[in-house]
Amino acid sequence: MTDDTTGGGRERPGSRWYDNEAGPLVRPYAMTGGRTRPGPTGVRFDLIALVARAPDAPGTDDTVLGPEHRTLIDLCRTETQSVAELAADADLPVGVVRVLLGDLVELGSVTVSRPVPPAQLPDERILREVIDGLRAL
Amino acid sequence: MVSEHSDATDGDTTALALKILVAGGFGVGKTTLVGAVSEIRPLRTEEMLSEAGRLVDDTDGIDRKVTTTVAMDFGRITIRSGLSLYLFGTPGQDRFWFLWDELSQGALGAVVLADTRRLADCFPAVDYFEHRRIPFVVAVNCFKGARRYDAQDVLRALDLDRGTPVVLCDARDRDSGKEVLIRLVEYAGRMHTARLLDSVR
Repeated sequence: MTDDTTGGGRERPGSRWYDNEAGPLVRPYAMTGGRTRPGPTGVRFDLIALVARAPDAPGTDDTVLGPEHRTLIDLCRTETQSVAELAADADLPVGVVRVLLGDLVELGSVTVSRPVPPAQLPDERILREVIDGLRAL
Repeated sequence: MVSEHSDATDGDTTALALKILVAGGFGVGKTTLVGAVSEIRPLRTEEMLSEAGRLVDDTDGIDRKVTTTVAMDFGRITIRSGLSLYLFGTPGQDRFWFLWDELSQGALGAVVLADTRRLADCFPAVDYFEHRRIPFVVAVNCFKGARRYDAQDVLRALDLDRGTPVVLCDARDRDSGKEVLIRLVEYAGRMHTARLLDSVR
């Protein structure tokens, strides 16, 4: 093993899955082909962004999707899921799930909702509903 | 099977998720509180971090990449179809502040759990939310054997801004946890209204 640390993760794709410095970091991101950011959309999905199977999703193209992609699709097939739940249920780090979801959004397989923008609370009616809902639990 | 359009279930299009953070020192009962009120058993997400050494005060002075896995426990409460509340236990160590930044984006508010035997442990969380003007309540987890203080004492000891709610609770107890959340949501609503009024003044 060389101990070249200057390149970090930006090596030629597939050239090294193991990195003395990063250790196990590389392995999970192997599922994303080494990418640590979602594709062109570039959005960083919030932990509570909601992921739903796209209503008019095209047929799943097996050559494009990896097993982890399919796991994510399966998980949100029956019910809308948050990014955090998908990560926990698929047993994948959140960063990896974000990248894979980016792929799925591009392919039109899933839709991801935007969470509430920062500093913008839902209206009073919603908060009232939350309080009443909590009391009724 | 997937239908053409799911407009029939109008809840889906307006699905809303709200986020509440549960912060506090190590071992103060964050995950316990999340578990007590969550309808799902607390789940764990992991964030892999590869940070340059800047955040680590290591003594050997080696500037190298450090990788860490930070686990965040979270739970969920479904208020109704299309409206759910997610609770996130924040990572305990201070050097994961940058993760807090992400967690607190768009958060409705936070619960700072405190243990009166180690009150100082919750100072960083209190500071954090005060500086960012994120509404929070302090929930004193009444551990067995710990001396009881009333809410006023805690309010003074923490030098909290006026109006910050202090609630005594038992993090293991569902009703007690619910009460903490209710106080937080009420307070967040009041804070929000006050700020709206400020902004038009």
